[in-house]
Amino acid sequence: MTTVRLEIDEKTVHAQEGTTIFEAAESAGIKIPHMCHEKHLKPYGACRLCMVELVNGAKKKLVASCVYPVEEGLVVQTRSDKLTKMRRMIIELTWPVSQDLAKEFGVIRSRFRTETSDCHLCGICVRHCSEVKKLNTVYFKGRGIDREIAIVPGLGNECNYCQECFGFCRGGKIIQEFLYE
Amino acid sequence: MTRLNSIKDLEIIRTACVLEQKRKPITVTVCAGTGCATCGSTKLADTFLKEIQRKGLHERVALRRSGCHGFCERGPVTTIMPNKICYLQAKPEDVPEILEKTIVEEGVVDRLLYVDPQTGGRISNIDDIPFYKYQRRELLEKISAIDPTAIRTYFAVGGYSALSSVLTKMKPGEVIQEIKDAQLRGRGGGGFPAGIKWETTANAPGETKYVIVNGDEGDPGAYMDRSILEGNPHGILEGLIIGAYAIGASKGYFYVRQEYPMALDNVKLAIEEATEHGLLGKNILGTGFDFSVSIHRGAGAFVSGESSALMNAIEGHVGEPRPKYIHTSVQGLWEKPTCLNNVETWANVPLIINKGADWFNSMGTEGSRGTKVFSLVGKVNNTGLVEVPMGITLREIIFKIGGGIPKGRKFKAVQTGGPSGGVLPESMLDLPVDFDELNRAGSMMGSGGLIVMDEDTCMVDTARYYTDFLAHESCGKCVPCREGLRRMLDILTDISNGNGREGDIELLEDLAEVLQQASLCALGKSAANPVMSTIRYFREEYEAHIRGKCCPARMCKELVRYRIDEEKCEGCGLCEKGCPNGAVSKIGDKMYAIDESKCIKCDACFAACPDKFKAVQKINTNGIAAEMAA
Repeated sequence: MTTVRLEIDEKTVHAQEGTTIFEAAESAGIKIPHMCHEKHLKPYGACRLCMVELVNGAKKKLVASCVYPVEEGLVVQTRSDKLTKMRRMIIELTWPVSQDLAKEFGVIRSRFRTETSDCHLCGICVRHCSEVKKLNTVYFKGRGIDREIAIVPGLGNECNYCQECFGFCRGGKIIQEFLYE
Repeated sequence: MTRLNSIKDLEIIRTACVLEQKRKPITVTVCAGTGCATCGSTKLADTFLKEIQRKGLHERVALRRSGCHGFCERGPVTTIMPNKICYLQAKPEDVPEILEKTIVEEGVVDRLLYVDPQTGGRISNIDDIPFYKYQRRELLEKISAIDPTAIRTYFAVGGYSALSSVLTKMKPGEVIQEIKDAQLRGRGGGGFPAGIKWETTANAPGETKYVIVNGDEGDPGAYMDRSILEGNPHGILEGLIIGAYAIGASKGYFYVRQEYPMALDNVKLAIEEATEHGLLGKNILGTGFDFSVSIHRGAGAFVSGESSALMNAIEGHVGEPRPKYIHTSVQGLWEKPTCLNNVETWANVPLIINKGADWFNSMGTEGSRGTKVFSLVGKVNNTGLVEVPMGITLREIIFKIGGGIPKGRKFKAVQTGGPSGGVLPESMLDLPVDFDELNRAGSMMGSGGLIVMDEDTCMVDTARYYTDFLAHESCGKCVPCREGLRRMLDILTDISNGNGREGDIELLEDLAEVLQQASLCALGKSAANPVMSTIRYFREEYEAHIRGKCCPARMCKELVRYRIDEEKCEGCGLCEKGCPNGAVSKIGDKMYAIDESKCIKCDACFAACPDKFKAVQKINTNGIAAEMAA
C-alpha cells in the first residue's frame, strides 16, 4: 500500500491509498459532521453532511468526504461559510432527528413544516442487517419521498434474537417498526 | 438463415436485398410506430396488404411497415414511393381509393393530403410539407425507409457497412479518433464528449470491458429514443458493435424500459437476426472479433436512467446511483470499465463512420455538432418527432416546423430537457439549440423533450408538476434530494393553493442551492432547474400567487371560480350535461347557473360551452374573466 500526503484544514495528513478523506481526517483528529457514516459499515454517502471543499487553486468543489478517495496533494477544507450554510439546511431538512448537530450549528428551528419524523433514512439499520448480519431483514421500502425503512413481513422473528441495529438508531424508528411488526 | 462469414458475404447479401426491393418499383409505407399504431395503422396496413393482393398489384407494389415517421399529430402516416406521396390520417376504407387513384391512375387522393394552413393549398410530396421541409433528417431518415423487424431491409439501405469498414480498415484507436474528431456529444442529457468517454474506457486497466445502450428514457412527453429503438434497432446495434470494437469490449447490454413493449420486441428480434447473420457472437464477419449483447429490462424507475443507477440495476441491485468520484468508464458495471451511451448517441456512430467526421462537423455550432432529435409536444400544432441541425433556434422549431400554437393562443414558454431542464420564455426563443447555450439560459438540452406551453399554462403549477414528478422518482437515498424536493413540493403546493407566504421564493432559492451543491447524483443536482428557471423568468407570476392570491393563467384550482354570464348564455344546456357533480342547473328559460358549493372545478362546463357563446367563464380572485373557450 502506498501512502499519500494531503492537506486537511491546513494540516498535512498522511493516509493510505484506497482510504477516504473522512478516514484521513479522523486519523488526524479532525472531526467532520456526519449522520449516515458508521465506522463498521461501508461508506454510504447519503446524508451529505460530511461534504467538504476541495480546493484547486481558485476553484472549489464540494465532495462527500466519506466516499471520496484520498489522492496525493489534495487540499481539503472541512469548515467554511458555504459548508456551514449547507449543513444548517440539511439539519433543518432532517429536523428534529439531529439535535446534537443542531446545537453545534446553532439551528434552533426548522423553516419547514415539521412532521414528527423519527427517521432520516441513514440506513444504518438496513446496512448493518445486510453487511454484518447478512440477514436483509430490514430494508428500504418505496423510493423518493415515499422511501421508508421496513421489516420484511414475516421475518420480524429474526429481530427478536438480534436487535443489534437498535443501538445505532438516532430517532428510534427501527424499534417502533419492530414493535409494530 | 445464412451466416455471413466475411465482408464479401455481407456485400453479396446486400446486393440481393437491393435487387429484391427493386423488383417491386412501388412501395407503400405505413408507419407502424407506437403513435400511428394507436391511430389504427396496424389495421390500415393489413387492409393495404389485402387490397394489393385483391387488385393483383402485388407483382409491382410492396407494403412496408416502418418505424415512426415523426408526424404523429396526423397519424397514421402513409407514404408511397418513389413519388414520395404522403397521405395523412387515412382509414382502412380509404385504401381501395388510394390504390386505384395513386397506383393505377397515377394521381393523388386530394382529401388525404396535407393542407397548408396559410395558403390552403394541398401538398403531396412529403418533403414539401413544412413539418418535414425544415428538418434535417439524418438519423430518422432510415427509420422511414426500413422495416425494423426485417434485417434485409436494413441491409438494402447500406446497413452494417460502417461496421464492415471499421472491422477491415480501421484500428480501434482510429475509430475513437474519428468519434473524437466528430465532436459527438452524449445525447442523453449531459452532453459529455463521447469520444473522450470511449478513450477513457479503452485506456482503463482491465481485460473485461462493457458497453451499454441507455434506453431508459423517462422524461414526461419525450419519445425520441423510443422511436429509434422501435424503428431502427439495427442502427443502434451497429453503433454499439463499432463502439465495442473501438473500446475492446466483448459484452454489451441494451437497457430498455419495460414500458416500451414494441421497442423490447424489435430490439430482441434485431439481436436475434444479427446473431443469425454472424454480426454478433464469435468471429464477427470472419474478422476474429467477438461480441455479444443481452437485453436488460428496466423495472420502472426513472432514476435508473442515471448511469451508475443503471449499472446497479443490471447487476441485480436496486437502481440507486452510487458516488461517481471514480468514473464509470474506469469502474462501472461489476467494477469493470464501462462505456455507457444513450440510444441516440450510439445511433449516430454508423453515420459518422460512413460519412466522416467532417460531414458531422459541418452541421451545428462550435460546441454542439450534428443533429438532434426532439419530441415536440404540448400546445403546438404539429406535435411529433423532429430532427434538426444543432444551432437552429427554438423559434424555428416551434413556429416553422411545429406550425405555431393552436387556436390562435399566445406562446408563453417552452420546457426543454425534461424534469431536469428548465422553462424558457418568449424572450429566449431565438436561442440556438446548443448544449452550452441552453445550460447558460438555466435549462438544458436533456435528451430532447420540448414541451410548448401557451398562455393558459401556470408557471407555478408547471414547477409544481415537475417537482412532484422528481420527488416521487428520486431514489430517496440522499437527504438534499429527498427532503429538499419534499419541502419544495410543500411550498409550491402551498403557493398554488393560495397559501403562499412572503419569503417562500427566497426559501425555494435556498433549497435549490443545496440541491445543486450537495446531491449525490445528477438527478438531484439538476432537480431544482424547473423551479429556478420559472422563478428566473416568471417571478411576477409567483408574486401574484403569493401576494395577490391570484393565478394569472387561471389554472390553479383553488384560485379560480366558475360562473355563467347571464347575458351570453343561450340555454343550450351543454354545461349541465358536462357537469359530473350536478353543480349546474337551469334557473330560467335561457339560463343556467353554477352552484359553487357543489362545483369541483373540473373545467367540464367551461370546455362544454360552445365557442360561439363563451358563456361559462373562469374568474380569478382578482375578478378578471377568462373569456376563452378551452
